[in-house]
Amino acid sequence: MHNSKTVEVIVGLFVALGLAALFMLAMKVSNLSTFSGDDGYVITARFENIGGLKVRSPVTVAGVRVGRISNIGFDNTTYEAVVSMNISGDYNTLPTDTSASIFTAGLLGEQYVALEPGGDEKYLQQGGEVRLTQSAIVLEQVIGQFLYSQAEGGGDAK
Amino acid sequence: MIGTIRKLGRWGLGGFERLGRGHIFLFHVLMGIPSVIVRFGLLVQQMLSVGVLSLLIIVVSGLFVGMVLGLQGYNTLVDFGAEQSLGVVVALSLVRELGPVVASLLFAGRAGSALTAEIGLMKSTEQLSGMEMMAVDPVKRVIAPRFLAGFISLPLLATIFSAVGVIGGYFVGVGLLGVDDGAFWSQMQAKVDFSEDIMNGVIKSIVFGFVVTWIAVFEGYDCIPTSEGVSRATTRTVVHSALAILSLDFVLTALMFGNI
Amino acid sequence: MSSNSDSNDVLVRIRDLHFSRGDRKIFNGVDLDIHRGKVTAIMGPSGTGKTTLLKLIGGQLKPDQGSIQVNGLEVPRLKLSKLYELRKRIGMLFQSGALLTDINVFDNVAFPIREHTNMPPAMVRDMVLMKLESVGLRNARDLMPSELSGGMARRVALARAIALDPMMILYDEPFTGQDPISMGVLVQLIRLLNDALGLTSVVVSHDVQETATIADDIYVLSEGKVVGHGTPQQLAETDSDWVKQFMQGLADGPVPFHYPGTQYADDLLAGSEQGGVA
Repeated sequence: MHNSKTVEVIVGLFVALGLAALFMLAMKVSNLSTFSGDDGYVITARFENIGGLKVRSPVTVAGVRVGRISNIGFDNTTYEAVVSMNISGDYNTLPTDTSASIFTAGLLGEQYVALEPGGDEKYLQQGGEVRLTQSAIVLEQVIGQFLYSQAEGGGDAK
Repeated sequence: MIGTIRKLGRWGLGGFERLGRGHIFLFHVLMGIPSVIVRFGLLVQQMLSVGVLSLLIIVVSGLFVGMVLGLQGYNTLVDFGAEQSLGVVVALSLVRELGPVVASLLFAGRAGSALTAEIGLMKSTEQLSGMEMMAVDPVKRVIAPRFLAGFISLPLLATIFSAVGVIGGYFVGVGLLGVDDGAFWSQMQAKVDFSEDIMNGVIKSIVFGFVVTWIAVFEGYDCIPTSEGVSRATTRTVVHSALAILSLDFVLTALMFGNI
Repeated sequence: MSSNSDSNDVLVRIRDLHFSRGDRKIFNGVDLDIHRGKVTAIMGPSGTGKTTLLKLIGGQLKPDQGSIQVNGLEVPRLKLSKLYELRKRIGMLFQSGALLTDINVFDNVAFPIREHTNMPPAMVRDMVLMKLESVGLRNARDLMPSELSGGMARRVALARAIALDPMMILYDEPFTGQDPISMGVLVQLIRLLNDALGLTSVVVSHDVQETATIADDIYVLSEGKVVGHGTPQQLAETDSDWVKQFMQGLADGPVPFHYPGTQYADDLLAGSEQGGVA
């Protein structure tokens, strides 16, 4: 039988260790440290095709992650995808003429939205919309176009 | 023929009776929780034997599970040239599934069986009966602190398991196999969501902690007070806990992550 | 029976008690009175439900029918909180001692005091030492229950049972499996404590000789009924064959030596017939 003081100290250490583990998972393993999503603002963009973009996919500027996709909707009148992006409050100086493109990280990687800042002096606010968009590059289309142009080019060469 | 049906019926009735008894018992235990909070020392004492003494097996197992995940994940990912995602694979497997599930299984084997045996022996040596005659409610004095201690300890242990596992995966992936240090952590951070992955894992372990400790204390309290009865109850604790953990894990996973 | 005249004198009154476990009838109309300040023995062969009777008195079991009054309270109908109040005033000594195995002798005796009172530690210590002194085990206070002999464990349990100064102590088979010395110690202790503390004692036992030396009043139970009642002398001079057999420990009598069944000769014959066939 242990002394009751010692028992309390050991159990206290155990609980502290458990909480430290949770803290480590939160800060080191998960995205809690990089992006909390609470203090940011939401902007939207319309795309003709979003390819494999998903909710929680990253949003980057110059390759730096600044936010993530919070919602993907569909506009029944224009038949466009409406993508809402939650941008961290630290990056609140995106000009209103920023453009958005959907890229793929690597050949098989996930898709993400890359923002390209323009030159306007006004900044995007909560609920603002990115007007200039470029849809996802769908691999099948690219290959189709490539084969088509190859065939054409081949025809020329003949 | 009639005999078989009768046996089947008795077996079914017995099962429902146990189920009912278990829930009534749970109700009594929960009613006893406030008295445990008043007497904090009892809880601390049980946290030591239930939680702290399970720590070693949890840490060692977590480390090895993480290391194995690192090895296996690397071998699969390297074929796709995606070994940078090793951190994601290790971390997601651990926080979503292996942390809560394996920690709970180990907990059922280590602490759950010990709880059942301890309570069963107290019953067979008339200690519980003796307490009742001393006007001390054994459910409040003996069962409730143990239940609460298990319920609190398991989420802590599962979290420690996951954290140690990630470190084990890091050792193997980055230390031995040469995955890029920065990529390991940054990919992990990009893909693992705190509320969706880590907190769901914690919720799983809270549910498992509740169920495993409930099974353990109930089996002990309900056992036949002989040495054979206690040993059977101990076995039942481990078997029923394992079945409960794995089936509940499927249900919880479907609720949390499945798009069913 | 003059039950009305001395109703204040009766601490436990049991009337028409029926109790069965499964299909087996354990009590089938038992009436008995336990008087204040006396040592009452309840005897009977193994399996007559003597321990069950104590559990019924303590409210751990509920009778099928009949009344059990302790100190004027109808035990089977008490609410749990009232029952617990009553139990604080009843000490019970279990056959095994039922000491808590994970704490030492001192803490075991202190257990009911700490659970039920808010005494400062110094006072708890004094009380525990006092109780341990009265059973002669003050110097064994740091031992764990596993280090005690059977007789010592029972004495510790006795010290615990008297820790809260109860009005009644129930002894469940206190003499079973004791060597002659610890048996003698226990026999003396029960009588001494009863008289010194003004207790009422109920001793359940089948050790006739030892029990008869300290009991004021003896009930003999068999097959769910009271078959004999009186002082030890009265029972010794009884003319009931059954009680005589029990009190004097005769091998054969109304309770047969042989387990009932077929006749010995028939059995042997059956065996030889089988042998013949084979």
